[in-house]
Amino acid sequence: MAKLPTDIPELVKQFGPTLHVVPPGGWAHTDKDEKLVKTHCCFCGQQCGIQLRVRENKVVGFEPWEDFPFNRGKLCPKGVKRYMQDEHPDRLKSPLERVEGKGFLPIGWDAAMERVVSEIKRIQQKYGNDAFALLTGASLTNEKAYLMGKFARVALKTANIDYNGRLCMVSAGAASKKVFGIDRSANPWSDITKAHVILAAGANIAECAPITTDYLWQAREKGAKLIILDPRMTPIARNADLFIPVRSGGDIGVFNGMLHIMIERGWIDREFIAQHTTGFEAVTETVKKYTPEYSAKIAGVPPEMIVKAAELWGPASTSFLLHARGIEHHSKGVDNCIAAINLVVASGRIGREGCGYAMITGQGNGQGAREQGQKCDQLPGSRDISNPEHRKYIASVWGVPEESIPQKGLSAIPLVEAIHEGKIKGLISICFNPAVSLPDGNYVREALGKLEFYVNIDFFLSETARYADIVLAGSLMEEDEGTTTNVEGRVIRHRQAVTPPEGARQDWAIINEIASRLGYADKFHSAPREIFEELRIASKGGVSDYSGMTWDSIEKDYGLFWPCPEPGHPGTPRLYEGGKFGHPDGKAHFSPIEWRPSAEMPDGEYPIILTTGRVVSHFLSGTQTRRIGSLMEQYPQPRCEMHPRLAEKLGIVDGDFVKVESRRGKVVVRAQVVKTIRPDTVFVPYHWPLDRSANNITIRAIDPVSNIPEFKICAVRVSKTDAPTDPIAQLEMEAGGIR
Amino acid sequence: MSEAAFFIDHSRCIGCQSCLQACAECDTHRGVSMIHLETIQRSDSVQTAPQVCMHCEDPICARVCPADAIKKTPDGVVQSSLKPRCIGCSNCVMSCPFGVPKYRAEIDQMMKCDMCYDRSSVGKKPMCATVCPSGALTFTTMEEIQRTRSGIPINTWKFGNEVVKTKVYVMVPREVEQLNVDLVQISSTPTALQDDPYDVALMLEDA
Repeated sequence: MAKLPTDIPELVKQFGPTLHVVPPGGWAHTDKDEKLVKTHCCFCGQQCGIQLRVRENKVVGFEPWEDFPFNRGKLCPKGVKRYMQDEHPDRLKSPLERVEGKGFLPIGWDAAMERVVSEIKRIQQKYGNDAFALLTGASLTNEKAYLMGKFARVALKTANIDYNGRLCMVSAGAASKKVFGIDRSANPWSDITKAHVILAAGANIAECAPITTDYLWQAREKGAKLIILDPRMTPIARNADLFIPVRSGGDIGVFNGMLHIMIERGWIDREFIAQHTTGFEAVTETVKKYTPEYSAKIAGVPPEMIVKAAELWGPASTSFLLHARGIEHHSKGVDNCIAAINLVVASGRIGREGCGYAMITGQGNGQGAREQGQKCDQLPGSRDISNPEHRKYIASVWGVPEESIPQKGLSAIPLVEAIHEGKIKGLISICFNPAVSLPDGNYVREALGKLEFYVNIDFFLSETARYADIVLAGSLMEEDEGTTTNVEGRVIRHRQAVTPPEGARQDWAIINEIASRLGYADKFHSAPREIFEELRIASKGGVSDYSGMTWDSIEKDYGLFWPCPEPGHPGTPRLYEGGKFGHPDGKAHFSPIEWRPSAEMPDGEYPIILTTGRVVSHFLSGTQTRRIGSLMEQYPQPRCEMHPRLAEKLGIVDGDFVKVESRRGKVVVRAQVVKTIRPDTVFVPYHWPLDRSANNITIRAIDPVSNIPEFKICAVRVSKTDAPTDPIAQLEMEAGGIR
Repeated sequence: MSEAAFFIDHSRCIGCQSCLQACAECDTHRGVSMIHLETIQRSDSVQTAPQVCMHCEDPICARVCPADAIKKTPDGVVQSSLKPRCIGCSNCVMSCPFGVPKYRAEIDQMMKCDMCYDRSSVGKKPMCATVCPSGALTFTTMEEIQRTRSGIPINTWKFGNEVVKTKVYVMVPREVEQLNVDLVQISSTPTALQDDPYDVALMLEDA
């Protein structure tokens, strides 16, 4: 274990996670002095509209917002309880300084800032600018995401900034960019309800994007057929017309196998392919050998399932593809997505009502936060940091010499590896909890312990913040204002409900202050509304063009879809109408995809596949949802799902403690024996820390193009074990304990 | 346009528990949910079923209450027990064919779903049917349900020989007119479970 200022039980005692159970002021209701603030959920990429009930500058509850068109008042349990983050006993209300042997003690803002700035200067002078890195997040607003990218390139002048969307949307984004030239869901969600067949691949929609369920069911009421690919029978798979329990990493078998049959039976749109696409010959050549039998071996399912899928998808008049992390979290994540998208392009069913595809963006601003220039290879407007023209334009917006903008830096996993290897010495992180969320957790925590200086900006002391030298108390979504871009590409307004508690500051103000103290006050003084004005100019002419939007126009129309290239432009809910794609040649580009094995396949020593994922009541690393009593009650601790056939072979019964271990690490959790999972696969959700962190086991293998980690498959062995009795196991479950 | 009614569609339920979480938020429930979500048999399936009070036309819970503590409003909503009257005998708990009323020992009173009377009586939807992400719980007009759903709503149940009509509807396939609920002996020996169509291992047998 890497160094911490004091032991974990002591840190938990001081900073939680602890549970917040009763709203501020108790359950007794009063409308007195209460206002309703129309805003959005802070959690997933669907960004549901919600009204927060505010009394005396405190968020005391919620009220559904039925007018907001995406969710019409609907909310998942996380949305219902999101307000319990406010007035939380664990809330950080002062900067903190690490004190050896004690933990963290409060420190004044001035002293904290002084220390941050002097350490940035020291490290950069001693080791070079790139030795100080930034890790940011996809739950930041567009304004904050833009600010972080600019802060890295202009104030820190480091190449090394990346974000936790690297664990989320990069495979989908890279695939879309490669095929279509644009990284965005192609259609508004309303198109899902008009499709005659829907294929959802690697998407546990019921638990990870619950509101989307109603869109699927609306389509089904009208007779749509639903095809689901997942190693587990998820709640939507239960009602699918065809559930394909694919082996994790075997999806290309299904996609190429379907295309093989579609070509054979003439279920492709030759005219569309000829007019609007390139490269189909190579794809045809590649899928030739993907007969149902050959494909079925790769996918680990009966060949008839692949034939049936092609029969449902092939001849349909309208169709919709949805994909999510299940096919994206792979060392071939980009290829998985391209193989799926090839089915859409070959059918010609895109760019019209009821026809298209979407990636189900995971994080709050998973779409917008990947456009504003906080990725290691990107400048605002989804621009390319290695493109001279793009650099020149952004340099002019920022008022800096083009050559002062660093070149491409390291993405998240190589960045953490560079910390581990001692090449990166300093780090600022915000909105990112790598100690829980990155694969190969033991290695990641070791790396964090090697930093010479680490600043963490957060509103709770996350598991990662425990490694910090200075913690800066930042702000919750509802304590600030700005915009996010939802799963559809719809830019929406987050309104401020309350001010941050005394002692905490809005994130942008913290960044501006550091930049000012580094000597860049002239470039970092704006509040979110002005930042948006700069952002929209910076995005002008880029792929994700916001330049025609204002906060007012966004509010007026319940959001605006990009591109929105000039004032008064209605926005672009549906991309690719008339077969016009985003590449310079206006065409969609097919790529032939060959299946290849995952980085670590099961073997004699580690014979079982582990796949990881989410449960409905928790969000990502759990640093927010593990502090809310009723969400913890719903799913208190991780369990290892396994099929009764596997359980019987291993001598395990439901509720037993089991050790799930890989070559990298282990967890001890309870077994949940269910028939709803493949017998060769076990599943452990990843929202818990320390000895309960599924990422202790996962593999630090990444996709060569997107650099997404392979969370969805590694090799493990599973055995029955005794109840653990160590101090971590004795902690409350929200802190990593087990019962 | 008819007035809005409550519809349950079990086939849509995804077990997310939004309904429970939101119900507990109601000002009068003080953190306790009045809706039940049944997980049918997690080892076999992910099937879940939400259960609100069905608001019977002739509520048996009220009929068997010795303290006359359970009242129906003129618009047909069966209320929780009246605090001054409820004697905590649990007759209602045992008599309800849907298993809705629950006796809460800590307040020595029966509490149950009242269709969010504080909301529904002033033109708002009940909380659970507002937030439900899957549309398994819906509060809307009969016209709207008929326009948007492939199944049909029914509200007539037969428990053994007793016919019960409810204010709340459930969505069923078109050919169903009435739900007959009979006593069945459930056998759970391993051989009885062999043909389970939801067993993923059986789906893969040809692979």
